[in-house]
Amino acid sequence: MRPLDTIRFGLGSLGSNRVRTALMLLAMSIGVAAVVLLTGIGNGARLYIVDQFASLGTNLVIVIPGRAETANNTPATLIGETPRDLTLEDAAAVMRSELVERVAPLNIGELNAVRQGRERQVPVLGSSASFLAIHHLKLALGSFLPEEDWDIARPVCVLGSKVSQELFGREPAIGELIRLGGYRCRVIGILASEGRSLGFDTQEMVMVPVAFAQMLYNTSGLFRILVEGKDLESLERLKKHIKATIAKRHYGEEDVTIITQDSILATFDKILRSLTLTVAGIAAISLVVAGILIMNVMLMSVAQRTAEIGLCKALGGTRRQIMAMLVSEALLLSVIGGILGLLLGFAGSWGIAQVYPELTTTPPLWAVAAAMATALGTGLIFSLLPAGRAARLDPIRALARR
Amino acid sequence: MIELSDICRTFTVGGQEVRAMDHVSLTIGAGEYLSIMGPSGSGKSTLLNIIGLLDTPNSGTYLLDGRDVTSLADEQLAATRSRKIGFIFQFFHLIPRLSAAQNIELPLMLAGVPLRQRRQRSAVLIDSFGLGNRRHHRPDELSGGQRQRVAIARAVINQPAVLLADEPTGNLDRSSGAEIIDLLEGLNRAGQTLVIVTHDPEIGERARRRVRVVDGRLASDSGG
Repeated sequence: MRPLDTIRFGLGSLGSNRVRTALMLLAMSIGVAAVVLLTGIGNGARLYIVDQFASLGTNLVIVIPGRAETANNTPATLIGETPRDLTLEDAAAVMRSELVERVAPLNIGELNAVRQGRERQVPVLGSSASFLAIHHLKLALGSFLPEEDWDIARPVCVLGSKVSQELFGREPAIGELIRLGGYRCRVIGILASEGRSLGFDTQEMVMVPVAFAQMLYNTSGLFRILVEGKDLESLERLKKHIKATIAKRHYGEEDVTIITQDSILATFDKILRSLTLTVAGIAAISLVVAGILIMNVMLMSVAQRTAEIGLCKALGGTRRQIMAMLVSEALLLSVIGGILGLLLGFAGSWGIAQVYPELTTTPPLWAVAAAMATALGTGLIFSLLPAGRAARLDPIRALARR
Repeated sequence: MIELSDICRTFTVGGQEVRAMDHVSLTIGAGEYLSIMGPSGSGKSTLLNIIGLLDTPNSGTYLLDGRDVTSLADEQLAATRSRKIGFIFQFFHLIPRLSAAQNIELPLMLAGVPLRQRRQRSAVLIDSFGLGNRRHHRPDELSGGQRQRVAIARAVINQPAVLLADEPTGNLDRSSGAEIIDLLEGLNRAGQTLVIVTHDPEIGERARRRVRVVDGRLASDSGG
């Protein structure tokens, strides 16, 4: 029997029982659509989150004072000596490298902001002009912290939009004075109301020059130093450079921890990838269920078509041919159902993309391939039993019935 | 051409052994017209099934065209059936979803003959069997006589060595039954070996050679 004839015969047989065929196609296509759609959504969520992180700057290196590992029993930890503070001079030293694009020192604390009897406790961030670019923040009004030497403690501040609202209401805030922890300072800008940064709602914080913050908190240390590398490739070299530079300044002691945005991103990426796989696996179960349905319906169909199968044997069909005929019928179902499912899945992901435009729900190529392969595989495996039963059919008994 | 010698076939029905064929020997030559008659349950269908290679005997030998076909494997059995045997059944056994032409071409399709050749060979038969305008009709659009003619065309399209008909008129009215017998006898006159199983004496008597089967044995044989 020629392959083309086998396909034509199978299609004819499928076409002769429309309801049965439609039901099996439905089961198959729902399975494939589920795989495509769920992996699409999972992958879309992963890309979305990765993208959100990337907008914070993947080139970002964060320097934190103190070593993260406690197992390292240096004499310093034995006698309970705290690590040396990070200072503005450390930050300035780090900046002197061709690998560095921007550096922003950072100090964080909480202070009372007072204006004409209105009082409110707010997080106050001390940093420099480059903080704006590093964290992709935007200004709504006025200007950001001035670009000048970090050790000038100029008493100015930039307010988050919500803080400005609460202290000034609808009155103009730019140029007005507020009191921060007992010091007066002038409002020079207001941040645009969007985004979070370092876990702070930018709407609810106040930014001041780093030296002013050090004065407010009465410290010479820094909470951390934010370093933006020139590019992603040189990030490892940058880390080494920072470590060496600070160690040199801290009498050979490596007493800082360096984390990269990149490593956090990689962890998230890994978690979301495995979640997507899990969801795809669950969807694949529905494909197997579809396969079992195909098996049941085919067993019924073999029982109904006993005479036809017996006839084919009497007319010179071999067992193998009978097997091939029925298996290819199931495979045809899988292919058609799979293609319908792909269309359904892509239509669904398109629909979701219309409702959530920020989510790219296009399923990855491997998911499409895996869904089709599972559909074909279940079609093949679950048709073997009914096809085998048909092939062993006794033609005399099959033809004796009318 | 067909040489059955000492054929036995037993079935187990409800734990009891039933002898359907009891040491049957029968030789059928090329071009013969033979009828097998007998009461129902006598074993005439079993004999036909053994000749048609649908059933294998428990003992004895079967030579078809000089070749021992008693114990062939499935593949070879199917191939031999395809080339040497044509079946005609009481209930026609046409595939309902296929047209008359497609039903006739079924043995060629199973044998892997290309579509164009199949079309040519079925067209010749359709015309000579008077089914010209019924080519694309499905079985349920054909009369009983037309259905059986389609079935006969299907049986002879592979030019088999022997044509086996099991009650070919059993499901037809008198006049279309007579037409079918005429058609079969016409084929026989053209050299086709023909074996008809029937319990209708009127049809059985027409054959040149008549074999009677009773209780799995040959009770009488008019010639050969």
